[in-house]
Amino acid sequence: MTENTVPGRRVFEGIGVGEQIGATTLVFDRARLVAYAAASGDRNPIHWSDPAARAAGLPDVIAHGMLTMGAALDLVVGWAGDPSAVREYGTKFVAPVVVPATGQVEVEVAGVVRKVDEASRTVTVELAVTHDGAKVLSRALATVELR
Amino acid sequence: MPVNTSFEGRVLEPAGTFVVGRENVRDFARALGTSDPRHHDVEAARAAGYADLVAPPTYAAQISMNAEKVFFDDPGTGVDWGRVVHGEQKFVYDHPLVAGDEILTTVHVDRIREVGGNSLVTTRCVLTTVDGAPRCRSVSSIVVRGEQS
Repeated sequence: MTENTVPGRRVFEGIGVGEQIGATTLVFDRARLVAYAAASGDRNPIHWSDPAARAAGLPDVIAHGMLTMGAALDLVVGWAGDPSAVREYGTKFVAPVVVPATGQVEVEVAGVVRKVDEASRTVTVELAVTHDGAKVLSRALATVELR
Repeated sequence: MPVNTSFEGRVLEPAGTFVVGRENVRDFARALGTSDPRHHDVEAARAAGYADLVAPPTYAAQISMNAEKVFFDDPGTGVDWGRVVHGEQKFVYDHPLVAGDEILTTVHVDRIREVGGNSLVTTRCVLTTVDGAPRCRSVSSIVVRGEQS
């Protein structure tokens, strides 16, 4: 049963360097970290156990870098209209997102077009990903092939 | 203990296959918070031209991580998982990963360096289906923090 309309891929024409693709807020809590640990197979206890995080020299439990990287990409996928449009995606992890035992933390994501390539009909979007005003990901670049 | 640099340049042939599972794709997409129907609804994925559910792009990380275990779990490498943080990650996609894909992963240990008391390890994973169709290349750099940092 298809409940949702499948979005179509965005048309390449008309997209320019400097265009803002939008912004979103990711909300992380311990439950989400545990869900990601289970689904991804990354069971490193620094992502769910306070003592393990402290033993590793961290202030508290931190989100998986791959959770932040993966969840931030959704902004680009939604804009491109198709998860299979993604050709390349890379980043540097520059600061951890600390997730306390109770409550939620927010990660801000915004995207801007950095490069447009006519020959391959690809667009490269840079994501700004911040938490508490500090950069979490650096040079987060996603290249999508459009229609 | 620093990471054993003699492992640099090693190529680890696939130890087995990783099967992309339909429910795992759904759980992974849910944990990421991505609601695209191609990750959740088989009919929607088929209508889009895929044999089954399409995995979110970063799903490739768990396949490469699984394959890298062969290297990192080798006691000779000297990697203490409690001191590992992810430094950099890059994916290049040939084709989306789809539920039902049986993936073979070759791990290349490209670089091991000591920098300021920490060890930097860069691995490159090449993911193909058992039929040899390319899926994804994943390059990952981890930092193994030294005892002093």
